[in-house]
Amino acid sequence: MTDRAIVDGMSPPRFSVPLELRAVAITLALGAIGYTLFPEDLAFLTRLISITLLVLSLDLVTGYCGVATLGHAAIYGVSAYVVGNACLAGHSDPLLLLLVGAMAGAVMGLVSGVLVTRFKGLPQLVLSIAVGQLIAALANKLSSLTGGSDGLSGISPGRLFGVYAFDMYGRTGYVFSVAVLMVVFVVLLRIVHSPFGLLCQAIKDDSLRARMIGARVYPRLVLMYGVSGVVGGIGGALNAINTGVVGLDSVGFERSAEALVMLVLGGAGSLWGALIGSIVFQVFEHYVSAANPFHWMTMVGALLIAVVLFAPKGLVSLGGLLAGRTASVLRRRP
Amino acid sequence: MAWTGLSIGLDALSYGMVLFIISIGLSIMMGLMRVVNLAHGAFAMIGGYLASFALKNAGVGYPLAIVLAVLGTIAIAFPLEFLLYRRIYRKSDELTQILLTIGIAFVIIGVANYILGPTTKSIPLPPLLSGPVDLGFRMIPAHRIFVMICGVCTAGLLWLLIDRTEFGIRLRAAVDNGDMAESLGIKTQILFSATFALAVGLAAFGGVVGAELLPVEPFYALRYMVTFLVVVSVGGAGSIPGAVAASILLGLADTTGKYLAPEYGEFFFYLAVILVVFLFPNGLLGRRH
Repeated sequence: MTDRAIVDGMSPPRFSVPLELRAVAITLALGAIGYTLFPEDLAFLTRLISITLLVLSLDLVTGYCGVATLGHAAIYGVSAYVVGNACLAGHSDPLLLLLVGAMAGAVMGLVSGVLVTRFKGLPQLVLSIAVGQLIAALANKLSSLTGGSDGLSGISPGRLFGVYAFDMYGRTGYVFSVAVLMVVFVVLLRIVHSPFGLLCQAIKDDSLRARMIGARVYPRLVLMYGVSGVVGGIGGALNAINTGVVGLDSVGFERSAEALVMLVLGGAGSLWGALIGSIVFQVFEHYVSAANPFHWMTMVGALLIAVVLFAPKGLVSLGGLLAGRTASVLRRRP
Repeated sequence: MAWTGLSIGLDALSYGMVLFIISIGLSIMMGLMRVVNLAHGAFAMIGGYLASFALKNAGVGYPLAIVLAVLGTIAIAFPLEFLLYRRIYRKSDELTQILLTIGIAFVIIGVANYILGPTTKSIPLPPLLSGPVDLGFRMIPAHRIFVMICGVCTAGLLWLLIDRTEFGIRLRAAVDNGDMAESLGIKTQILFSATFALAVGLAAFGGVVGAELLPVEPFYALRYMVTFLVVVSVGGAGSIPGAVAASILLGLADTTGKYLAPEYGEFFFYLAVILVVFLFPNGLLGRRH
């Protein structure tokens, strides 16, 4: 991993299409494919994108910093609630709401980061769970702000740029979500390849060594948690804006655990992995869990065991393997 | 006021003892094998199901049902140890352990729900334990006193086992320095398997005797998993006195919170957890690894 970080940082930029441009093309292509495949079910797709942002956010701390957390939904849920309340208070411009969500997420991320990254191992895991559960208990209690177990409903954002209304077909919401995902993904690609992102990976690989070369480990991790909070907050904001309802499930333990499953399925430590994992998992879930939620749980469990045993680096590593083979085959041709 | 305090204390103690009986197995596993076993609660749940089945369908007595539940759970868990847990002892990173064991917990929940349905399964108590006992200032279910006795006995016997027997000496040697123990001829793999069986057996035992306080249903495994993990973390992995202290402390935090401010749910419990973990990252009585 350290080697990869060094190679990433030192190799001259390749002559091929820049990474960011590819990311733009791929997200737009995925958006178009989604629109063609599920034209009647754009609500599902916008939900998928919102959760994808949560998984990307989790990837920043788990995949790039090695922080094992089971409380990441706290960031997502809190910002969804804040956005919901801002909207109910009359601030209905979608872009403003997105900004509010990002800021709420950043605050939540920094607070969780300060608590969670202080230690490693079991204390870290337990702190992450405790923060998540604390927020969940609060969300249940403060029903004047969150609607309690009924959920916070009646969130109706205004027109996007004052022109495009969020209609019941969800077209505006879908296009808006795809655009947000694209921008976030490109920015994140820049961040994880920046010196700061590489340093985080170095800390993940060997925090002692990182400290020896002069890195200040704790502040870096807290900062990355803040960045992760912004991304998770945007995800939560999209959830509130698109569905108009924020329920207790958005801060729950299951949401955190499921995000982790998606991340590992795709491959932690790679933004593409987070993207692939959340798409594959949710499309699969869309079809299977409708049949029987308990078989669904058995299957997710079996899937997790299988991933840990047979593809510990996730789907993206299988894809990478395949791509590598194809490339070498192509290169051999005259 | 004093009576209220004593009342809370009694409830906290019996709840804490249930937490202790179930969590101590997890704590020992974590101390020795360095495995964060998120499926531990699922084994306690299996114990509860087996006891319920033995009592209601097979018609055996309560003591025999406990024994059958413990042995049955060990028998069910052993293939998992052989096939899966063995791979993650002592070496793999936490993320791998979390994912593998949470996967196991999910599968157990799904299968339990498929076979037994989503309802809560009761474990009928024998007449001796089902009545109330008059303590002068309040009535307390006899079962709670039974739970406390079970907890104290478990702690005492475990202490004897680990401190006074050959097995305990080998166990402590393997905890202190696994490689050195191995090279001195201690078969750590067998030791690990035995410890796994002990941990699972304790979980099942706790699941049965604690069923009045933690009702047995398919989501048991997820609902209390966090609580067990918290007990281990607060007490310090592998420490019996630590687990006792943590169980009572957290039982107290939870019970007091629910008595005095029920509408806040688990809020005070987790606040206490954050404070304690922050102040004692290696647990109240744990050692630095």
